[in-house]
Amino acid sequence: MKRMNLVMVGNGMAGVRTLEELLKIAPDLYDITVFGAEPHPNYNRILLSPVLAGEQTLDEIVLNPLSWYEEHGIRLELGKKVVDIDRKRRIVRAADGTEAPYDRLLLATGSNPFVLPVPGKELEGVIAYRDIADTNTMIEAAQKYKHAVVIGGGLLGLEAANGLMRRGMQVTVVHIMPWLMERQLDDAAGKLLQKSLEERGLKFMIGAQTQALVGGKDGRVMAVQFKDGTEIPADLVVMAAGIRPNTELAEKVGLHCNRGIVVTDTMQTITDPRIYSVGECAAHRGIAYGLVAPLFEQGKVCATHLAQFGIGRYTGSQTSTKLKVTGIDLFSAGDFMGGKDCEEIVMSDPYGGVYKKLVIRDDKLVGACLYGDTVDGSWYFKLLREGRSVHDIRDKLMFGESNIGDTGHEGHHKAAAMADTDEVCGCNGVTKGAICKAIKDKGLFTLDEVRKHTKASGSCGSCTGLVEQILMATAGGDYSATPKKKAMCGCTDFSHEEVRQAIRRPLADGSRLLTIDGVYRALEWRTPNGCASCRPAINYYLLSTWPKEAKDDPQSRFINERSHANIQKDGTYSVVPRMWGGETTADELRRIADAVDKYRIPTVKVTGGQRIDLLGVKKEDLVGVWRDIGMPSGHAYAKALRTVKTCVGSEWCRFGTQDSTQMGKDLERALWRMYAPHKVKLAVSGCPRNCAESGIKDVGVIGVDSGWEIHVAGNGGIKTEVAQFLCKVKTAAEVLEYSGAFLQLYREEGWYLERTVHYVGRVGLDHVKKRILDDHAGRKALWERLQFSLDGEPDPWFEHDKATVDTRQFIPVGVA
Amino acid sequence: MKHVWKAICHVEDIPVLGARRVARQCGTDVAVFRNAQDKVFALLDRCPHKGGPLSQGIVFGESVACPLHNWTIGLDDGCAKAPDAGCTPRFSVKVENGLVHLDLEELNSIALDEARAAA
Repeated sequence: MKRMNLVMVGNGMAGVRTLEELLKIAPDLYDITVFGAEPHPNYNRILLSPVLAGEQTLDEIVLNPLSWYEEHGIRLELGKKVVDIDRKRRIVRAADGTEAPYDRLLLATGSNPFVLPVPGKELEGVIAYRDIADTNTMIEAAQKYKHAVVIGGGLLGLEAANGLMRRGMQVTVVHIMPWLMERQLDDAAGKLLQKSLEERGLKFMIGAQTQALVGGKDGRVMAVQFKDGTEIPADLVVMAAGIRPNTELAEKVGLHCNRGIVVTDTMQTITDPRIYSVGECAAHRGIAYGLVAPLFEQGKVCATHLAQFGIGRYTGSQTSTKLKVTGIDLFSAGDFMGGKDCEEIVMSDPYGGVYKKLVIRDDKLVGACLYGDTVDGSWYFKLLREGRSVHDIRDKLMFGESNIGDTGHEGHHKAAAMADTDEVCGCNGVTKGAICKAIKDKGLFTLDEVRKHTKASGSCGSCTGLVEQILMATAGGDYSATPKKKAMCGCTDFSHEEVRQAIRRPLADGSRLLTIDGVYRALEWRTPNGCASCRPAINYYLLSTWPKEAKDDPQSRFINERSHANIQKDGTYSVVPRMWGGETTADELRRIADAVDKYRIPTVKVTGGQRIDLLGVKKEDLVGVWRDIGMPSGHAYAKALRTVKTCVGSEWCRFGTQDSTQMGKDLERALWRMYAPHKVKLAVSGCPRNCAESGIKDVGVIGVDSGWEIHVAGNGGIKTEVAQFLCKVKTAAEVLEYSGAFLQLYREEGWYLERTVHYVGRVGLDHVKKRILDDHAGRKALWERLQFSLDGEPDPWFEHDKATVDTRQFIPVGVA
Repeated sequence: MKHVWKAICHVEDIPVLGARRVARQCGTDVAVFRNAQDKVFALLDRCPHKGGPLSQGIVFGESVACPLHNWTIGLDDGCAKAPDAGCTPRFSVKVENGLVHLDLEELNSIALDEARAAA
């Protein structure tokens, strides 16, 4: 079959990323031709500033060397500016007459710097700051001349000014607005930034309006003149007053443009469906993005359509700015200026160089502006995107997520201050140096990519802020323009929430979605039988939504829930029998001891949940061990109710106010065999001394003289989270009902693998209180639904058929 | 090279989207997998990452996710999906009249040096 022709005009980051995505999924569909006006292969434009400052070289910022184009058989026309497109005959033509025919055309022409229309703008020594040529001009000028003036105090202008200063020039930044970076910072943060840059040697003329550039006899610029008649000397003038989408070519050939080339959600131009456009030149839903992450997102979508898969839509991105101006950390997102219907929480420490402002409207975080300490930027951005009520965490909001007791990275919260050998990700043992190396060697730009390649922040996620800072400093990328909703996995674009709702909703014929295959068909999954991420999730959603109707699929469960034991690093398993409320008997202990001897179990350990763990059991022995011990499954291997930890309580303890042990046993008997989005741990203490550690459990019950306090959504894991007070009740029956109702709410609304602390963090404690405390009928209904679900559930250790345990797995096939 | 086929089990003995372990006289087990199309694959039951028993993983498409650290291994070639890198040996499989066969030569020669995992 003859291959189609794909021509790309523009050889920049967004365009080439689109080709990379396309080659990944359809390597043989097109003969590809690329026209680039610059004489260079694709390079990382964001890193021009470090090159200017002498921190990196041009070679280091090349993303796709010439060999890459060769390897993929791409015809590369460098230094050739495309000046015309014959849309009827489908041919593009460059200024030198080079032509290329196309079946599909991709316009990725990027943007042009905005040049102030003032007299003298054509003088020698007056340049914009956009590409490698400009950068080289500046580097050369710095060797010969002394005075530089940068017009524009935005990100680009400040980076240029810093670079020129580092190369020995005296630099003045002229900024017409009342403070620096007014589109990203409020006045307080802008002034802090100015002060700190002044300390480094930059001069500023804030509010000054440029009237003309004055030339000398040699035709080179020699001064900048302002509206008030004053002049300052200038041997080099850099225009950095913003960029405009480069739509010259598109307009010339009749493509509709409105602040960019107007494209649809499939990145096709609305005028000509054969022509696509991505990057800074494209206007999607009225926005031309200038940050890397949304542009790469566009590239991905565009590639699927070029590959004729016909899937994927780009629906826009919410962006935040996290800027790195020479070691100064800035972050801003959303409506950080606030307004009259907004409230502001502000923390300001001018001496320490830290400033934080959070803007809240209708109990929701709508904007944030951080200066000097930005580690919580991603957390604020997440809250902002999710739009959840912050009413219940308002008092803690300013202090950030990182101040609630992270473990695993030694309390670091400034990536710049870390050495290369310092560990960033404690879960996966990844150092700062390893992350930097992967970012540079593999050309990574987004948090997701860093996670994939290094595993950093991929497990518990508590070092996400640090990894983002490192990414920012190393690649200059903006990592955070993630889509508003997160797809469940690579098999679908639907989120966890959407899949849940689809399962709950009756089908057109009134029937229900009861099988995983049915869900995949109804939601048009991209893979035939999902993946290891989505299948367990959907299995859980089906079982929790339609108990007694949906059938468990053991092959869609992780091995632990399939073999009803915990797999260990050497492939053996551990067995934890259930001990109600942490109590045991001589009889049980004797049977355990006998099993340990009989099956030569190497390690016996007391767990933190007041049970006994038998480690190193061979898979072939599991059924025998269960039978010999004769105690119920402890579900220590499952996303399910684990333990109910108790203290001895009023029966023995001289301080005990309530019979916590009995309460714990009753809770455990009522709730065991309960599968949930993630593991669930309970505790009951008999008095506020809290010996059972109820304060860090999913449900923690504390006996007081007048009844019981119920605390929820605590966690003793990665991030120690103190449980939040839900309510106080009088009787043991109420403890059961309220705890059960809360857990059923979590079972129905929690996303798979989301612990209660994250679930409550997402929906807010107010929501939980409304459903459990205010709505009495609703609470009783929740509790009844849970009891209905658990009624008659089998113990998988003994009722193998009923619990769909495939016992063939315990016997290897032999080779005689 | 001529194969000497050895009957191992019926296709039905392997769960759909699942696996069985094949124990050998010596050396690591062999894992036989069955996907949704009843295609059967055989790999050494050892993940190239940290030696996890692949037979215990979740099977999807023509891949299995290792139960220890979730590396995705191709059933066809035994190789980890990028960006992870590494391969586990694969074994030839023949299915005839519903019977799964492995090559006796391969069973007696590939990866015999290591002790059988305790799983």
